[in-house]
Amino acid sequence: MRPAFSVVFLTTLIGAGQGLFLALLMVEWAARLSQAPVPAGFLAHGSIVAVLLCCGGLAASFFHLGRPGRAWRAAAMWRTSWLSREVIALPAFIALCMAYGIAHGRGAGIAVFLGAAALAACAALFVCTSMIYACIRFLQEWSSPFTFVNFVLMGCASGFTLAAALAAREASTLVTPFRYGAIILALAALASRAASLVRNARLVPRSTTQSAIGARSAQAVQKSRGFTGGSFNTREFFHGVSGRGLAGVLALFMLLAFVVPLAMLAMAGEDSRTLLALAFAVQYAGLLAERWYFLADARHPQNLYYQSVA
Amino acid sequence: MTQLALVIDLDVCVGCHACVTSCKEWNTSGEAGSLADLMPYGRDPSGTFFNRVQTFEVGQYPDTQTVHFPKSCLHCEDPPCVPVCPTGASYKRAEDGIVLVDYDKCIGCKYCAWACPYGARELDAKRKVMTKCTLCVDRIYDKSIPERERKPACVNACPTSARLFGDVHDPESEVSKAIRERGGYTLMPEWKTRPANHYLPRREAAPCDLPSPSSSSPR
Repeated sequence: MRPAFSVVFLTTLIGAGQGLFLALLMVEWAARLSQAPVPAGFLAHGSIVAVLLCCGGLAASFFHLGRPGRAWRAAAMWRTSWLSREVIALPAFIALCMAYGIAHGRGAGIAVFLGAAALAACAALFVCTSMIYACIRFLQEWSSPFTFVNFVLMGCASGFTLAAALAAREASTLVTPFRYGAIILALAALASRAASLVRNARLVPRSTTQSAIGARSAQAVQKSRGFTGGSFNTREFFHGVSGRGLAGVLALFMLLAFVVPLAMLAMAGEDSRTLLALAFAVQYAGLLAERWYFLADARHPQNLYYQSVA
Repeated sequence: MTQLALVIDLDVCVGCHACVTSCKEWNTSGEAGSLADLMPYGRDPSGTFFNRVQTFEVGQYPDTQTVHFPKSCLHCEDPPCVPVCPTGASYKRAEDGIVLVDYDKCIGCKYCAWACPYGARELDAKRKVMTKCTLCVDRIYDKSIPERERKPACVNACPTSARLFGDVHDPESEVSKAIRERGGYTLMPEWKTRPANHYLPRREAAPCDLPSPSSSSPR
């Protein structure tokens, strides 16, 4: 597939926003369980950052549409479409996360309930976003539980890294738990992503030129796709990058999304503001490359009909 | 329930592209507006087409056949493109089984095109909405057209009658009989989309006086 940058930014930005919110919620619940004071100011500021990230993702998604002015219609088919469900879950999460942050800012007791509600919206959003890809059964690279697991782990890893970077500025005692969380999540994401790469490398496409045209012979080759110019089919479903280029993107995201930020997180201390901010920036850049690779990786069966110009 | 569909006879298709041009001509002239046709005489022309004729070589040399293969929306009975549509712009008509796009509701998110294994949908570069074969829905019911011409434009244009049109749920229809008698099949059955359009395979070549390298004929 040809990766759409609107989708790359949408899924990585909201993933980081959701991860950041989960990091904040974890701190709040841990504080309540241990009867320690809740760092309300930090939770309020962090929630606003999470909201901004998700709003950025929402804004990016509009660039994906041919007719953005009609985007409001996309909430209609929530009974059947995961995309429609995402269109509902994303604003719901943004609103609840915003309310959660405001409640903490004002010291309102309702924050506990808003946190739980935002957690539900956050989980629903992870499911919706990943199912958009995982539910297309013939895009075999996407049609796997790995899609969901990877989206969750990578979103949470980047969110916890960002939480550590934010904590270094205003709640330094929280840096260490966030840092450990980010390291564990990044390692888990690395393991899960590596496993999905191995799985995808072993996939045998179920569709063949034979099944595409109904040929019984073992030999069937396209001689002409029927036109020499371009079309939607020749643009949308081919990424046009060489095998070496793809391997380069793979190496890049392995390095930037996992290896480098893991090293930075391991080295950072409670006051490493710059290092932790840099760790998030590098990891986010790596996740952009990862999401690009994830989208490009899917081989669409329609490409069997567009093998040869003439 | 009626399920209108095309049945395409690969034994007689000669790959002339008359169905391609007649499809574009009819569908670019309809009330929905013209179909994109960017730089038609330039170096890299690009445009929207609901129907294409492709060419495949099937079999092992020297026993090969050139198969001309027309491809358009298959109007699946279980269309994967419809449930994914977030706005309800993509739908399958209950009365005749045609899969259509409501161009006024489409937001151009392209998700339905991702969800079609056949590449039957094209986002029109100018209209910015998804477009696809309509089985000439604006023609087949038009009472102002003589009755025998109330068929999709591609069917009327085909010089070899390789394209049959009718109700595949009516066992007595011309298309159902052709599917039965000629072993009509569907594309990519592995995805269980149950396409309504069927293809009729090549017939076995009749023996002739010339020595033949092999008697078996690949489909």
